[in-house]
Amino acid sequence: MSEQATSITRNRTVGLLSRLRESRVFQGLALISPANTYLFLFIVLPLLMIVVLSFLSRGAYGNVEFRFNPSNYARLLDPVYARILMYSLAVGFGTTVITILIGYPLAYFIARSPARQRSMLLFLILVPFWTNFVIRIYAWIMILRGGGLLDSLLQGLGITQEPLGILYTPTAVMIGMVYEFLPFMVLPLYTSLEKIENSLLEAAADLGAPPWRAFLRVTLPLSVPGMIAGTILVFIPAMGMFVLPDLMGGAKTLLIGNVIRNQFLTARDWPFGAAASMVLMIMTLVLTLFYTRKAGFSEELLV
Amino acid sequence: MPGEYAVELRDVLKRFITPEGRDLEAVDHVTMQIRNGEFFSMLGPSGCGKTTSLRLIAGFEWPTAGEVFIDGIPQGHKPPFQRPVNTVFQSYALFQHMTVYQNVAFGLEMEGATQDEIKKRVGRSLEMVRLSGMDRRHPKQLSGGQQQRVALARAIVKTPSVLLLDEPLGALDLKLRKEMQLELKALQQQLGITFVYVTHDQEEALTMSDRIAVMSQGKVLQMGPAVEIYERPTTRFVAEFIGEANFLDGRVKSLKGKDAVVTIPAWGADLAGLCTAKLHVGDEVAVSIRPEKVRLTDAPEGNKNCLEGVVTTSTYIGSDTHVYLDVRGQRIKVWEQNRTSVLDRRGLYRAGTKAWITLPAENTLVLARA
Repeated sequence: MSEQATSITRNRTVGLLSRLRESRVFQGLALISPANTYLFLFIVLPLLMIVVLSFLSRGAYGNVEFRFNPSNYARLLDPVYARILMYSLAVGFGTTVITILIGYPLAYFIARSPARQRSMLLFLILVPFWTNFVIRIYAWIMILRGGGLLDSLLQGLGITQEPLGILYTPTAVMIGMVYEFLPFMVLPLYTSLEKIENSLLEAAADLGAPPWRAFLRVTLPLSVPGMIAGTILVFIPAMGMFVLPDLMGGAKTLLIGNVIRNQFLTARDWPFGAAASMVLMIMTLVLTLFYTRKAGFSEELLV
Repeated sequence: MPGEYAVELRDVLKRFITPEGRDLEAVDHVTMQIRNGEFFSMLGPSGCGKTTSLRLIAGFEWPTAGEVFIDGIPQGHKPPFQRPVNTVFQSYALFQHMTVYQNVAFGLEMEGATQDEIKKRVGRSLEMVRLSGMDRRHPKQLSGGQQQRVALARAIVKTPSVLLLDEPLGALDLKLRKEMQLELKALQQQLGITFVYVTHDQEEALTMSDRIAVMSQGKVLQMGPAVEIYERPTTRFVAEFIGEANFLDGRVKSLKGKDAVVTIPAWGADLAGLCTAKLHVGDEVAVSIRPEKVRLTDAPEGNKNCLEGVVTTSTYIGSDTHVYLDVRGQRIKVWEQNRTSVLDRRGLYRAGTKAWITLPAENTLVLARA
């Protein structure tokens, strides 16, 4: 009797285990658990900490006091910070637009090259990533600084007499940003352009479309998914960038990323830094969502 | 409308450079005239130059030498969007980001037609290919056969003077293909426009075409109506590519007009046959006879072109019985139509039985061996 009972329990346990093992949901969970654990520990948890932090107060010595304080957000409405936020937005927007304008023809050129040259050209796009980001910025500083490479070249050719004085201006920041983010625009654009079969352009021509109309009606709409992916990859990190404006913009160009960095490291006002982070994040999220909807990021374009 | 030809290729040469750096004459001095309102097929194995010829007419390629005329007008280096032809692509090349309606309307929009006009003509075009009510769908939501119809509707909506079709039925299954063959033919008659059809499927070409050009290695080997191509091929290649045939090597012994006597060394016998091209006494030739043209009897029928053989295999396939014989060391195939219902057909020509074949002289063709 008791022997029978144990056997039944054991059978039930075995049955449950094997059913669990066969369950698709369980298999899925098991597969994603390493990534999930990582994401939870290093993204979700810190994010929650930032949310909580943004409602606390700064102590007298730069410590954090557990006292509810919503005024961190109000401070961001101060014209100084509002202007910085707007300026960051403009830089992010400008970087995105310029990388599209420069990156689209480049991606198009690569996608239309003979197959054998394509991988070589893509490789060249990726080569800069072999060198550290900061070192590449210093290279740009060497080029742009007064009496630097660009100045000596232009003066040597007799095009200019005076140094241009680009370095430590918003222009320098823009040059650096476009340089840094161009590959992130080119690669997704290339992917969607490369998928467009030549027969589609032939069909457009066959139906009476001159090349520019075929481009506007066929190539451009079919490359929208790549453009959206590129925009997300460029706009979001460009909004939060702080190393580049620090090094190439001197102290003159402050982006919201610099403000956040300064609050955490220099001013030691963590709650305010956290609030600024939250605002940046929400702003980016809203803009990205709005943009993807507006640009017709519908299913039909994804297939 | 100037001239009787919708399309004319005059001594057209198209040379490509292969990736290995060699010259390739994809179209090698081709001349052909395609008449107004004709269903014209270019037939040949892959790489024979048929698709390149079509692309030369469409304007996707420009000839290295020679000239393409459409409606009597030399096309020179005119781009595709300025030519009065439309193409149905092998891959359909439908715009995936547009609906069926937008796909079909595209060509009319390029013409600058008004929205009312476009609506009317797209509707009519979709009706013709029996796709009414599908106009809001996207190509991805359609079956292969339906996508094919959209490609067709898109190409006919502008009522081009010539419609070019590049193996449009290649991706469809056999049953659908047969259906579409008849439909295409009916559509062509209804529209009254010239169809230039590229295919490697000989049956498809025979079914639909008014005339066929058989191509090989960039050259046109023979051009004519289906019956002529099948019954009177002028080269061994054409006889072999279209339908089935028995071939025997021989030498011309005597000639009288088109009637020839050919010595077949393998048989040690002479055969009377018909020349379809210019030949001379002493020429090395191939004698060709279609399997259904061979008469099979159990006793000799006279003594002209009649030989004894032994049945090696006999296969009943319903409408026909395929009989293979060994005739003095040569394998000869004979298709016997099953006109009467005899249940034990295999018994008629059982392997090992003796039989006599007669090769009627008017269907025993003497061809250049090339």
